Amino acid sequence: MKITVDEVKCCGAGQCVLIAPEVFDQRDEDGIVILLEPEPGEDQHALVREAAAVCPAAAIEVSDQA
Amino acid sequence: MTSPGSVLIVGASAAGLSTAEALRRHGYRGRLTLLDAEPHLPYDRPPLSKQVLAGAWEPDRARLRGQPQLDALDAAFVLGEAAVALDAAECAVTTASGRVLRADAVVIATGLSPCRLPGQDGPAGVHVLRSLDDALALRRDLTAAERLVVVGEGVLGAEIAATARTMGLDVTLAGMGHTLLGDQLGEVIGAMLGRLHAERGVRLRLGAAVDGLAETGGRVTGVRLATGELLPADTVAVAIGSRPATGWLEGSGLTVGDGVECDAHGRAAEGVYAVGDVASFEHEGLGRRLRLENRTNATEQAQTVAAAVLGADRPYTPIPYFWTDQYDAKIQAHGVPSPAAEVTIAEGDVAQRRFTALYRQDGRVTGVLGWNMPKQARLLRQQLLGTAAPLAPA
Repeated sequence: MKITVDEVKCCGAGQCVLIAPEVFDQRDEDGIVILLEPEPGEDQHALVREAAAVCPAAAIEVSDQA
Repeated sequence: MTSPGSVLIVGASAAGLSTAEALRRHGYRGRLTLLDAEPHLPYDRPPLSKQVLAGAWEPDRARLRGQPQLDALDAAFVLGEAAVALDAAECAVTTASGRVLRADAVVIATGLSPCRLPGQDGPAGVHVLRSLDDALALRRDLTAAERLVVVGEGVLGAEIAATARTMGLDVTLAGMGHTLLGDQLGEVIGAMLGRLHAERGVRLRLGAAVDGLAETGGRVTGVRLATGELLPADTVAVAIGSRPATGWLEGSGLTVGDGVECDAHGRAAEGVYAVGDVASFEHEGLGRRLRLENRTNATEQAQTVAAAVLGADRPYTPIPYFWTDQYDAKIQAHGVPSPAAEVTIAEGDVAQRRFTALYRQDGRVTGVLGWNMPKQARLLRQQLLGTAAPLAPA
């Protein structure tokens, strides 16, 4: 799994951090997403897909190609 | 768990598309159809009043998914074709061209229709903003206009005013309420937002009812207030709220009140579900019926409804969340920031316009607000409101 985030689209909701805190964080100054782990382990995959699905700015893209 | 052989989703915007994706993610392999009155592939609405209206984004940038992701969804998109009737007992939807689409399960995701002022459909230059086409039409007028009047002091009206003012237009905002976003955020924060707009040069006419539109030669020339004042305008944006788009459900057999009435799982009838802005659901945590008009609800509720379609029995108990961006203010609201609540500043500095605030009712924190402090607001939400969100199916 490979994750990409679109910082311009990100609205700083933090939904991704609520769901997958080991993979996502937010910048202190403006709340924009920080990708902690672009290629997370398998134990995180379901959470990451959930985070991408509920992102209210559609700013998280998940690809299955390594 | 039982799984239907075919699912028809009526509405291909955020809630409908998210439901489709969640069905696939949870293993649904049957036929999947998305029907929408608009001709466009799924796009996002929050940018319409901001980046798209300002011209900072081409319309394509607002698309929710790229073509490879839509292809991977393995769904049939029937676009530019409105649903005009539902037979809930038969799970059959009739479209404007007379086609009848049947499925084992129907998900209603038709969203909202914007309210209009009496007489607004007469003169040119008067707009609502709900769809991409609405946004592009308003943008065309704004690029040629000098004076915009926005009617409506809610989130959408305030965002349109901020965008147009930033584009250099002369902007007046008129609204029935006495405070900008008063219904959404209460007087304390609403007044701060009003000051921000005033500083940026927007004239506010709050607590003012609109009496009618003035026109000359078929084009709007102003907005008349009940006070007698005439606000000159060559373009008018009307943002006075919306109603659930349920007109097509008359005679369907469903209970329609303020939206399609569902249970806590999004079920409106056997095999029929509703999701997003159009859905009124039982919130078991709050113990009352709730209908949320925000972007986050569209995707979150879609997770629960998709699970329900596939036979799961998990209630939807969200912590409501919305955000708004106006000028350089990024405002985030978690929970229920009720106008009746007492507001206190939790951290940061109001003068610097970077702070968090708590909303308290009966001594209990019911809402958290961040003003240019999104991360800190989210942390407070976790501490004070919990993290309840509909995640993977039970």
